[in-house]
Amino acid sequence: MTGKALLVDEISKLYRIGSASDLVSKDDNAVVRLLKKPLNNYRKYRSLYRFTDEELQGRKSGGDILWALRDVSFEVEPGEVVGLVGANGAGKSTLLKIISRVTPPTKGRCVTRGRVSCLLEVGTGFHPELTGRENIYMNSTILGMRKREVDRKFDEIVEFSGVKKFIDTPVKRYSSGMSVRLAFAVMAHLEPEILIIDEVLAVGDAEFQRKCLNQMGNAGRAGKTVLFVSHNMAAVTRLCDRGLLLRSGQIVQDGSAADVVHTHVSGGHGEAAAREWSDLESAPGDDKVRLRAIRIVAESGAPLGSADADAPVGIQITYDVLEGGQVLSPYFTIVSDAGVDLFSTTDADETADKVARKVGRYISTAWIPGGLLAGGTHYVRAVMRSVREQYRPFTERDIIAFNVIDRDSGKFGTGWWEGRPSGVISPRLQWSTEYVQPEMVIEG
Amino acid sequence: MSEQSYIDTNVTVIEPVAPWGFIDMRELARYRDLLYFMIWRSVKVAYAQSIGGIAWAIVQPAVQVLVFSLIFGGLLAVDTGGIPYPLLSTVAVIPWSYMSSAMSGASGSLVTNVHLLGKIYFPRAIFLITPIVGSLISFLVSSILIIAVLTYYGVGINMQMLYLPFVFLLMMLTPLSIALWMSSLAIRFRDVRIVMNYFMRLFIYLVPVMYPSEKIPPEFRDLYILNPFVGVIEGFRSCLLGHPMMWDSLLTSASVTIFLFITGGIYFRRMERVIVDVI
Repeated sequence: MTGKALLVDEISKLYRIGSASDLVSKDDNAVVRLLKKPLNNYRKYRSLYRFTDEELQGRKSGGDILWALRDVSFEVEPGEVVGLVGANGAGKSTLLKIISRVTPPTKGRCVTRGRVSCLLEVGTGFHPELTGRENIYMNSTILGMRKREVDRKFDEIVEFSGVKKFIDTPVKRYSSGMSVRLAFAVMAHLEPEILIIDEVLAVGDAEFQRKCLNQMGNAGRAGKTVLFVSHNMAAVTRLCDRGLLLRSGQIVQDGSAADVVHTHVSGGHGEAAAREWSDLESAPGDDKVRLRAIRIVAESGAPLGSADADAPVGIQITYDVLEGGQVLSPYFTIVSDAGVDLFSTTDADETADKVARKVGRYISTAWIPGGLLAGGTHYVRAVMRSVREQYRPFTERDIIAFNVIDRDSGKFGTGWWEGRPSGVISPRLQWSTEYVQPEMVIEG
Repeated sequence: MSEQSYIDTNVTVIEPVAPWGFIDMRELARYRDLLYFMIWRSVKVAYAQSIGGIAWAIVQPAVQVLVFSLIFGGLLAVDTGGIPYPLLSTVAVIPWSYMSSAMSGASGSLVTNVHLLGKIYFPRAIFLITPIVGSLISFLVSSILIIAVLTYYGVGINMQMLYLPFVFLLMMLTPLSIALWMSSLAIRFRDVRIVMNYFMRLFIYLVPVMYPSEKIPPEFRDLYILNPFVGVIEGFRSCLLGHPMMWDSLLTSASVTIFLFITGGIYFRRMERVIVDVI
């Protein structure tokens, strides 16, 4: 443990799901069962947090036990910024809750050095009846600050929040943007040794998110240990030194953030950037439309893992219309690895926004011309929408990522050009240069 | 870095089962600023946007005393051994209101704060202590009513009042001790709250609030005073009216409360970590 900020040692967390019927013995008649019910209920509640040795060994693979985490071990050095990546239900939040002491592990041990602050939600403990000033104190102390610490930072927090004028107004009269800013200002002024952040970036506008990200970057630079969970893969790549990929409660990859994100978004199926949903029920969408696949394809139609900057690249969406009658347009936004929306594109087909789709499978591809994207990782946000009917069955952020490789060392390669060209896109523009005779310049 | 002003700069070991022991008082002390703000918030929120504000703390018991005086003092003419009924009633109604509201508040505190339980860690006992201390504000305000009634009936200062701090402490400790048991039970079995609300209404007949405790037949007194609330109410009556202290009930009450406090504290420590999984 010497020097480690965080040590997670073979942590497992079990949950029991739906066990009521298993506990009633089948031999009893109805009356006995009724009389036994309170006792069975008691056993049932007790079993929610107690597990038999057999269950703990994992020998009995009963259907009522969920291993939210299974023998998870890792260490974090002070000052490391670690991104936790994984699909919903992979165990990210459970892990953070154990580290922040909200819930105990079922097995294993976890050691933290220094104060842990956990930002699971912006504005925890905010009360609408209290004024901004009062809520700053309330929220700060809930997050573990001492009063004198808040006294010292109070003006700074108010300044940062930008709601100085309303600081003595009850928060219930604030706009939602104002209360989020105030809550974030409090968070930004915490000084824990270990900062745990779970999806706080999901709220707020773009400006707020940028502020959050900057603040996190600062925390990392200031030598704080940060554990960061987000579905914003661009943010993970940008902010984290290291990534941990969780799948079904186990760590499947521990490496650089970029590698881990790449494995995650490519679904771990080889190198090709493709995601497919074989199970209709778990696919994004609703009863009318389901997303079935997203692929990055070359001109030939072959799936790609990384695209050549000079060749056209296609983003292909496969979706099933389960109930006809909807006018549907798929819509993509390409996001740079710094989290900047580069551009958005929608199905420009004449019929796309007028004609209702029949039941069946559709495959649409958006072609990005060669010589436009800059080298680096790009993320795709896929939206299915119906403009006229305000219908939006799914919005999937960072659903897929692909790498653009700028191989042309003669132009912007590793040769004479230092690093990457600045800018979020790298269009190949036609240049023309004309030589002007010196004497003509003087005359002109 | 300003580690000193932060709550915990040491190494924390998180393990599956909490060791047997009483609630960690040192950790609680480190979180005293949070406790202060929680109490302060509960008081402020309770009276937010009400015209009467804290004045309700006087109106409520005053009306209750009035009703009791009309029914039990007037209509049914309960034998009070010569003490004016409103006097007898006031010094009992106010501590009883405190204890019942503190107890139901503290027992239900984990259930009402479920949204915080699942999000952030701090000592869970803070949830319990908040209503215990928070309810004191209205108790202290309604004490004005006690002083007014005592003055009206010409009851002066007496030596028994020296015991008041002890009775006062017991008045706070009794609901807390019961809540240590009830709060984590209430989160696992929602029945507890239903039963508690129901029992608190019936419970008023088991404490000498509407009648003097002399009405209880002597052969049942030993059983009667096992109820820790009885000792507190009798204690207030003796202290404030200058009657001889009822040491049997007071000491029984103290013993029962201390027993519940220690066992409850151990049980609570055991449960506070797992309750989040039982919600």
